[in-house]
Amino acid sequence: MHLAACMIALKGILKREFLRFIHQRTRFLSALVRPLLWLLVFATGFRAALGVSIIPPYQTYITYETYILPGLCCMILLFNGMQSSLSMVYDREMGSMKVLLLSPLPRSWLLFCKLIAIALLSLAQVYAFIGLGFLVDVTPPIMGLLTVLPALVLTALMLGSIGLFLSSRIRQLENFAGVMNFVIFPMFFMSSALYPLWKMRESSEWLYWICNVNPFTHAVELVRFALYTELNLSALLITTGTTAVFMVLALWGFRSEQVARRH
Amino acid sequence: MPKPPFLKTLLIGALLASPMTQAATAYVSNEKDNTLSVIDLETLEVTDTIDVGERPRGIALSKDHSKLFICASDSDTVQVMDLATQRIIANLPSGEDPEQFALHPDNRRLYIANEDDALVTVVDTDTHEVLAQIDVGVEPEGMAVSPDGRWAVNTSETTSMLHWIDTETHELVDNTLVDQRPRHVEFSHDGSVLWASSEIGGTVSIIDVDSRQISQKLSFRIRGIHPDKIQPVGVKLSADGRYAFVALGPANHVAVVDARSHEILDYLLVGRRVWHMEFTPDQKYLLTTNGVSGDVSVIDVDAMKVTKSIKVGRYPWGIVTLD
Repeated sequence: MHLAACMIALKGILKREFLRFIHQRTRFLSALVRPLLWLLVFATGFRAALGVSIIPPYQTYITYETYILPGLCCMILLFNGMQSSLSMVYDREMGSMKVLLLSPLPRSWLLFCKLIAIALLSLAQVYAFIGLGFLVDVTPPIMGLLTVLPALVLTALMLGSIGLFLSSRIRQLENFAGVMNFVIFPMFFMSSALYPLWKMRESSEWLYWICNVNPFTHAVELVRFALYTELNLSALLITTGTTAVFMVLALWGFRSEQVARRH
Repeated sequence: MPKPPFLKTLLIGALLASPMTQAATAYVSNEKDNTLSVIDLETLEVTDTIDVGERPRGIALSKDHSKLFICASDSDTVQVMDLATQRIIANLPSGEDPEQFALHPDNRRLYIANEDDALVTVVDTDTHEVLAQIDVGVEPEGMAVSPDGRWAVNTSETTSMLHWIDTETHELVDNTLVDQRPRHVEFSHDGSVLWASSEIGGTVSIIDVDSRQISQKLSFRIRGIHPDKIQPVGVKLSADGRYAFVALGPANHVAVVDARSHEILDYLLVGRRVWHMEFTPDQKYLLTTNGVSGDVSVIDVDAMKVTKSIKVGRYPWGIVTLD
């Protein structure tokens, strides 16, 4: 239908997100500093402790730094996804969201554009982080840098749609701290990002179960396998399914009457 | 595995000459399982497990690669396996508790370290006779014969010495004191230098063969690993003379050393309690036996990376490879 108009919207939203990103240069750095601290400080302490287990997709013993890298890539995507939901709450309070959503284009398209914009900006940060990983001897295969791309995009979309869903539910900026405590941290810590699931199972069956139903675990595993040029089919299905569900929920949350009522 | 053309020619020649027409293979002795694991070096998978005598440790190939000698320590014998049929065809009178041994370039004399008896036993592998028994230090372990066949060198763990045995007279001619608990000795391919690992001392001594004096001592340090855990055992030198690899036991790492400058280049993470090592026939890969984790790690020598670990039996100890 209005393909040209859709493209204009995509371009406009991409440009706006890009400009916002440029204006918050510290955001790029802070997005890198956080996982780097984990990689350089946290992981070093566990170097010897966890360096002795072989789990797929790894073919041999790995350092903890190598294990933790895919999880930290997803951490970047997680924080960015949530941060963008924060920005949407902010947009809503400032009224600019209303301007965006009043456009005659389908709302689903506009929100999808928003997700794409966030995903693209996050990818730049993830690749910068993987590049820094090479400096500390975390060296996935070069082909893996290519095969990991679709996995990263899907993960970014999943986390972005979760963020979008949350922003459709949060009424005030102040509530965002709650998102940190109740969404980001549990999602990150109760996943396979920091420890393999068999390690979680050693401590408690409950924790293992929670980690297993956490979609973030499956996103991390999808990225981990893809980084080593392998496909984890179950992780792909779960990540895709979760993305679809939250995308629908987010769109439903942004139905016009709701927006109209809130403003 | 792509091979350089000249190696390929050699390989084809060897295959035509040998009665077997199989791919390159590794044999690994599993100390606690009383078995050998057979690894196909193309697929890097275990294809067979063969029962042998009790507590197999050191293993070595005959020079024509037709036989495999196996130290069956608790059976107090060295077994001879015919590789074509994979059957034990003889038990050599090795003396008690044989642990490591070395075959003389004449392909007949086998020098065997008898850990419990402070002896080195020399056995003729053709006639199965004991040619000599030589008194050495307490707990003899490592054994090597120089490429020119002149020297047999034994290490005694408790005496912390290398014992130089003249292979003509079978007499102990000289001793070299090294750091505590020498485990393994390895001659350079030109026979001018001897590398000796000291497990408790945590060092590798590089010894000038002419003077039988230590010319340099290497120590190792790995970030995040306690120095007590760094216990050098196996040593392997690449055929091109570029690298020496030192297995660091419970440190779970293999040290990569520049064999010329003696600079330590890298430490590679492998399985737990890495013990002995062997190159694949094309020298592209180095395989390590990891006792506690029960696997064999594969090091890509060009990339200097560990690419895979292959599960074998319990407590893999010795390893040989052949085309």
